[in-house]
Amino acid sequence: MTGNREKPALAMNGLQVEQLRFLGRGPYSFAVPAGSIFGLSGSSGSGKTLLLRAISDLDPNEGRVALNGVCSSDLPASEWRRKVAWLPAESLWWHDRVGAHFWQIPPLQWFNSLGFAEEVVNWEVSRLSTGEKQRLAILRLLQHRPSALLLDEPTASLDKANITAVEKFITAYLKENNGLAIWVSHDSEQLERVGACHYAMLLGGEMRKLR
Amino acid sequence: MNVIPLGVFELSLASLLVLLLAWLSFRHRLEIERPLLIAALRTTVQLSLIGLVLNSVFATVNFWLVLLIWALMLAAAGYEVMSRQKVKVKGPARFMIGASSMMLSSFSIMVLILALVIKVEPWYSPRYAIPILGMLLGNTMNGVALAMNTFSTLAWNRRAVIEQRLALGQPSGEAIEDIWRESVRTGLIPIINSMAAAGLVSLPGMMTGQILAGNTATDAVRYQILIMFMISSGTGFGVILSLWLMRRRMFDTRDRLRMRDSFHVG
Repeated sequence: MTGNREKPALAMNGLQVEQLRFLGRGPYSFAVPAGSIFGLSGSSGSGKTLLLRAISDLDPNEGRVALNGVCSSDLPASEWRRKVAWLPAESLWWHDRVGAHFWQIPPLQWFNSLGFAEEVVNWEVSRLSTGEKQRLAILRLLQHRPSALLLDEPTASLDKANITAVEKFITAYLKENNGLAIWVSHDSEQLERVGACHYAMLLGGEMRKLR
Repeated sequence: MNVIPLGVFELSLASLLVLLLAWLSFRHRLEIERPLLIAALRTTVQLSLIGLVLNSVFATVNFWLVLLIWALMLAAAGYEVMSRQKVKVKGPARFMIGASSMMLSSFSIMVLILALVIKVEPWYSPRYAIPILGMLLGNTMNGVALAMNTFSTLAWNRRAVIEQRLALGQPSGEAIEDIWRESVRTGLIPIINSMAAAGLVSLPGMMTGQILAGNTATDAVRYQILIMFMISSGTGFGVILSLWLMRRRMFDTRDRLRMRDSFHVG
């Protein structure tokens, strides 16, 4: 018997959420296959952010969340969050300069595709606009090369040109790394542009498939 | 060793200064006269009472009696630390964090000094053991209260930043390291400053007391250096221990920030 514990018949590649409960919400069960984007919309207060926080294990939760068959509880919390990375709606910065927030400086090409020169790492955070902070927060998030992105309205503070740049950049990153994303957005056209399926979260917390 | 005795008359003369200050505060609506007068009254009553008690305690050498007094001193210090927190830990830990870390650091240093450095016989002789613990606790209490208050207040105010650092995959210790460092420093700076200024700007209280009581200055200096080393290390260990215990309350085993569950403001 020992040493022969059964694994789930199909250890799926991607993110599996099973019976996830947190803060009196749920249970939620769904799967996001590797290489795909799970689009999520819904009015504010419906709990979209809380769902992302629970998946990245920042709030107490019950149930099972697994990435490529590895459970969140099997990894140290910090390691899990580097793989399953949450982008908050508003990014905060705690050092004076941009570069101090990076453990490894991303490739130059990343900076360019979001409209920055490499010298941006020497910039003072206090000089950044809201939109610049948002785009840099995306680079900051990707520095550990996460396989699952939990994006909380990643383009809310951006103008049209930058929205397009961010959409292209993230979809290219996912394709290159066979990654996946849960993409929270109020813009159903955006979810269509990035090729996501579309779920809506209702006020009670129920999730319904729209497309 | 002849000390000029102080009588009630001399003390009331000195108290006029405090009354003058209170009158000034009243006139200019500084609103500090009430706490000032209450504190002055407390100092008089508490010290007079402890003087009576100590006289009889010094006359006997009873370990259990000394232990009882230590425990009372520790409880008072623990209560004082607890009441100086703006962002408070919930539950009995509010008292226990400060009290246990002060106990570990102050008691162990006191025993070390009494038994190995001063070499009193027996090591718990109340004439040494009680004032030394008092001096240790008094300073450690200040450092621990300052450091704990800084730590919990900063962590509370910056909890959103801490969470984003956790979200980026930093372990809890790393996510809070700048707050930790700032708090340890805040707790230790007063004692470091007073060590640096000792002899140049200030003659520390104990040394002044000894000199006033007629001891030679060189004897007083040696004791003062010993006391300085004791209270700085005691404060340091107490501060680090209390912050370590507090940090364990801030995060759970999955490195989630639990400020709202384990702390409250007010």
